[in-house]
Amino acid sequence: MTDATVTEPQTISVPELSLVVLIGVSGSGKSTFAATHFKPTQVISSDYCRGLVADDETDQAATAEAFKLLHHIVGTRLRLGLLTVVDATNVQERARTELVELARSHHVLVDAIVLDVEPSVAVERNAARPDRDFGESVVRRHHRDLKRSLKHLKKEGFRRVHHLAGAEAVAAARVVTEKSWNDRKEETGPFDLIGDVHGCRAELEALLGDLGWTIERDGQGRAVGAAHPEGRKAVFVGDLVDRGPDTPGVLRLVMGMVKAGTALCVQGNHEHKLVRALNGRKVKATHGLAESLEQLGAEDEAFREEARAFMDGLRAHLLLDGGSLVVAHAGLKEEFHGRASGAVRSFALYGDTTGETDEYGLPVRLPWAEEYRGAAAVVYGHTPTVDPQWINNTICLDTGCCFGGKLTALRYPERELVAVDAEREWYEPVRPLAPVAAERDAATLDITDVAGDRHLETGLVGTVKVRAENAAAALEVMSRFADDPRRLLYLPPTMAPVDASDTDGYLEHPAQAFAQYRGRAERVVCQEKHMGSRAVALVCRDPETAKRRFGLDAAPWGALLTRTGRAFFEDEALTTGVLDRVAAAAAAAGLWERLDTDWMLLDCELLPWSAKARDLIEDQFAGVAAAGLAALPAAAAVLEAAAARGLDVAGLAARTDSRRSNMEAFAEVYQRYCWPTEGLDGVRLAPFQVLATEGRNRADHRHDRHLEWIDALTAADGSGLLLETRRRFVALGTADEDEATRWWIDLCADGGEGMVVKPVLEDRPKLQPGLKVRGREYLRIIYGADYTEPERLVALRQRRLQHKRSQALREYALGVEALDLTAENAPLWQIHQYVFAVLALESEPVDPRL
Amino acid sequence: MGLVSETRSLRVRGGWHDRRVLLTITTTARPATDLGRLLRKHPDRVQSFEQTFGTAWVCYPEAGEERCTAALLLEVDAARLARSHARASGDATLKQYVNDRPYAASSLLAVALGKVFSTARTGVSEERPELAAAAMPLEIALPAVPCTGGPRLVRDLFEPLGWEVQAEAVPLPGFDADSRHVSVRLRGEVRLSDALSHLYVLLPVLDDAKHYWVDIGEVDKLVRSGGEWLAAHPLRGLIAGRYLAHRKSYERAAFARLEEVAEAVESDADIAEDADTAEQSLPLHRIRIGAVMDALAASGAASVLDLGCGSGKLLAALLDDPRYTRITGADVSSRALGMAERALRLDRMGERQRQRLQLIQGSVVYRDKRFAGFDAAVLMEVIEHLDPGRLPAMERVVFGDARPRTVIVTTPNAEFNARYGLGAHEMRHADHRFEWERDRFAAWAEGVAARYGYRVRIEGVGTVDPEAGSPTQMGVFDRD
Repeated sequence: MTDATVTEPQTISVPELSLVVLIGVSGSGKSTFAATHFKPTQVISSDYCRGLVADDETDQAATAEAFKLLHHIVGTRLRLGLLTVVDATNVQERARTELVELARSHHVLVDAIVLDVEPSVAVERNAARPDRDFGESVVRRHHRDLKRSLKHLKKEGFRRVHHLAGAEAVAAARVVTEKSWNDRKEETGPFDLIGDVHGCRAELEALLGDLGWTIERDGQGRAVGAAHPEGRKAVFVGDLVDRGPDTPGVLRLVMGMVKAGTALCVQGNHEHKLVRALNGRKVKATHGLAESLEQLGAEDEAFREEARAFMDGLRAHLLLDGGSLVVAHAGLKEEFHGRASGAVRSFALYGDTTGETDEYGLPVRLPWAEEYRGAAAVVYGHTPTVDPQWINNTICLDTGCCFGGKLTALRYPERELVAVDAEREWYEPVRPLAPVAAERDAATLDITDVAGDRHLETGLVGTVKVRAENAAAALEVMSRFADDPRRLLYLPPTMAPVDASDTDGYLEHPAQAFAQYRGRAERVVCQEKHMGSRAVALVCRDPETAKRRFGLDAAPWGALLTRTGRAFFEDEALTTGVLDRVAAAAAAAGLWERLDTDWMLLDCELLPWSAKARDLIEDQFAGVAAAGLAALPAAAAVLEAAAARGLDVAGLAARTDSRRSNMEAFAEVYQRYCWPTEGLDGVRLAPFQVLATEGRNRADHRHDRHLEWIDALTAADGSGLLLETRRRFVALGTADEDEATRWWIDLCADGGEGMVVKPVLEDRPKLQPGLKVRGREYLRIIYGADYTEPERLVALRQRRLQHKRSQALREYALGVEALDLTAENAPLWQIHQYVFAVLALESEPVDPRL
Repeated sequence: MGLVSETRSLRVRGGWHDRRVLLTITTTARPATDLGRLLRKHPDRVQSFEQTFGTAWVCYPEAGEERCTAALLLEVDAARLARSHARASGDATLKQYVNDRPYAASSLLAVALGKVFSTARTGVSEERPELAAAAMPLEIALPAVPCTGGPRLVRDLFEPLGWEVQAEAVPLPGFDADSRHVSVRLRGEVRLSDALSHLYVLLPVLDDAKHYWVDIGEVDKLVRSGGEWLAAHPLRGLIAGRYLAHRKSYERAAFARLEEVAEAVESDADIAEDADTAEQSLPLHRIRIGAVMDALAASGAASVLDLGCGSGKLLAALLDDPRYTRITGADVSSRALGMAERALRLDRMGERQRQRLQLIQGSVVYRDKRFAGFDAAVLMEVIEHLDPGRLPAMERVVFGDARPRTVIVTTPNAEFNARYGLGAHEMRHADHRFEWERDRFAAWAEGVAARYGYRVRIEGVGTVDPEAGSPTQMGVFDRD
């Protein structure tokens, strides 16, 4: 390209994510060019940075600091994946090298745009600007530097050098951005992702057949393409070649599919090496390469060349489905998604290798998947395993077909695995196939998953903030007391009480609950509130389910947890006893089939209260009663004697009597919820909601349906463990309300704690999921024995519920997210973040009596 | 807070929800009504005294020549008590609303007694100096004294002071167990002022509770001026100790609220003090620190991570040794870190010294980048506080991810427990989830070493018993 002769305006294409380095002498029009073609925030100019550190854009003494700042800003933007343009003269090689390095260290491409303007024009422009006092000599010297650089710019590491020769070309140029080669986000599937084929053509044909593909054959009966009637697209994770019996056959089929647009393919390390061998480079013909070369030798030259070009042109990784699916042969860490550099390519082909080798001479790979926290699913191969398992939203599909294992496909987005067995062992493995579980320790979470101020997204209430101090409190409880996080998939939210009642003698009354839901729901359910301890049960159909689905490696094969995530029983046998009984009841009720699941999470109450809270009851409630019942009668006796002496203590004596009867009532209340247990004898479990089953978050407001399942479960229980939850459905605004109120009064008179009123709805609006209406006597153990005294009630009715309600709703929203994630088998750390947040919110200072 | 007229005092107050705490003092000295003179409260009047937490009443259920009884009743305003507690601690747990304070003869009664009978307590009477100076037959009754230590401690505290003690535990209503309240009756020939002083000091000592509502400065003053009887008391150590313990009790954090949510009374003693209860008589923790320091020195480490540093005893030893240039204490409890910060006097530490030390909140079951890059890590009496099911996560975090060259682990040797008089299944500390025999620890340590590429050497720490071994076992792991 030479100046003057340019007639067509030049179109400059830069990658969407890249560093663009402008090169040109002072006065060449860089800032104008940048302002014309890029957003102001994309352009970082050295003059601007000089101004920031010296309050003077022309202060040359500040240049060193200015460039430090410039590099910092550029580095930050690149790390965050933002296109960035550097507006500085960049005529010296050293300045450019630093920028190329910066781009490389963030794994982005770097383009140069050279504004090669005649020195006379630049000098003229500078003269017209009052803030530029560069002499002509400086401009000419810079121009000489620039001319000298032009030849070797490409070698400095720029992907492309866009040379704009002359002021006119600069003014006329257009800039467009191009997608990265990795970026195939427009491909939304559905996909059938296929693991390492390694020359196993017969197995590949069988697998495609099982997946519903129709294979197209040529005159010789060779598979040359395939299509899926539902328009699915195949994605090969690389390593099509080597080791197996028919590498050319596999290539022929896959090349045909890719050409026809029914398949995508990434490069594997075996393709990479085979291409080098076909290019005539010296490579060791090991790991099955010799077989490929021999098989390809039997093909004609045209096929060999076509195969070579195909394999050479494969990308090392692809971004699919709007960016939520990443395919790379050996996997890819999140920082590398969509990036381009030697390091990214090496990772995608070989994995996160350390350079060390293991006892079999194979490279040691770091378990990048365990640290993976990205939102995109990563599908890969490369490391043969027995059974593919999701680890933090990543999955390896290499099941060692050529070693006599299986060829595995993943249906996406369904996330179903389909596999065919190898016909035989085609190649002897260096190392025996090992289950992936040996390398996996999904129970290990990272402190950065939970610590510090956190903002968690919820569908129901938007962002929920967890403060660092609450996270700190939760960290201690979680670490010291909570069960294994693999068992801790949900914590129940706190529940707010109703507005204070204005009915004489009552602090809480059903009327306020009905009033609160009127207009928001047609119908509510009033559920008996069992007075025990809240429990969450993870019930698996059998130990295999617990192992496979939740990665548990020891009994109990499920969980029975308290509100703070602690195992209910120290004795594992008791937990197992409860879980077995529930599982048996579920089987007898046909619930596994009805709910199409092998496991369920249940929200329950475990009784008696004393089973878990014995120490608390003794310490807090019985101790108070002991003191009160010892002191009050003695005080009454003293006052009686004083009165007998003629002293006027009538008021004091009357008050003392009243306190004594209150204390007697208090002592009666907590004793109702205590009874002795021996092992599981005496223990009752009252489930009241199915929270989640395989693939389904069921924590909705369809309480009619929930209770039907629960009733089926309790009815089928032959062990006497499960306890029914009594309820009444109420059509709001009808006589149902009065009847339910009477029912509540009877329930409480019978010793009940009270009830919970929940809206019955089809959808899940932003609404309190339930309101508790506690019984008058029960509340003595919450508000103190004497809370029923009229003057005390007046004060207590002023209680503030706002914070409690907000806490209840936020915890509910977090819990719903945890259940969504659990249902879809999301990475443990994601579930744990939400569960942890519920515990953290529980440590917020809220009136504990609410 | 003075004497108010009878009529006013008997006005029924609106808005009160009062409760009773009771103390009666009876004398059979003749004339028994002298009691009123000494107490400076007339037997024929009913008097009330405003207290910060309610009202104290004094009346006489009997006032004859032969026998006279003064009763001190407290009407405690629980709401006011809860409010003042919340203000003082910034904390909110149910315990602040439902507790025994309104009924039990605790520090509240002591405070009221101190104020209402302040003159009598001095032992100086202008009116009847000889009476005040003399011992007299007294009988004191308290129906519900909260007492950590049961009836026996009541006897041990009062008998050396010349009292004949009748003490019975009050049963827990609904449970086949005793409450921590004791019904107490004291009889003796004692000077009235001494009797009042005994109660004033010993009621809070018996209670040993976190009584937020007592002015600690006043208590201190009293302990100092507790008089000769306190200095000569055989349990003066326990008396002083319990007072000192109360000073720490103001801080309650979010943790306390979670504790209540958990419906369990968690012991946090392991954080406050790593001396196990069974080991209290031994300086074992010092021997243990010595053993860990020796192992660290032998490893040649310059940077050390103390995982589960607690209140910082090992950190203090490390700071004293200049070979350790980088010391980090990590604990899962922010309260423990606060204690370490105070114990190590971080705020007064010199800049260079301060730069050597870092305290961080972290958990051994969460992988943590901050744990990496140390020459050595120490888990001193930590693993036994983890549920066994969580050990693999800890191993992964420490041995798999942090991977210091040396890891030192100490834990109790269960075989030695019998030497502490502990039963077969008893443990040294309430929070211990397990205590291992020597072969169990060795098997675990060797398994960890094999899985993570370490060598391990196991030593006993402390006195050696030919059969049971040493009280503590220590594993020193290292790798190339």
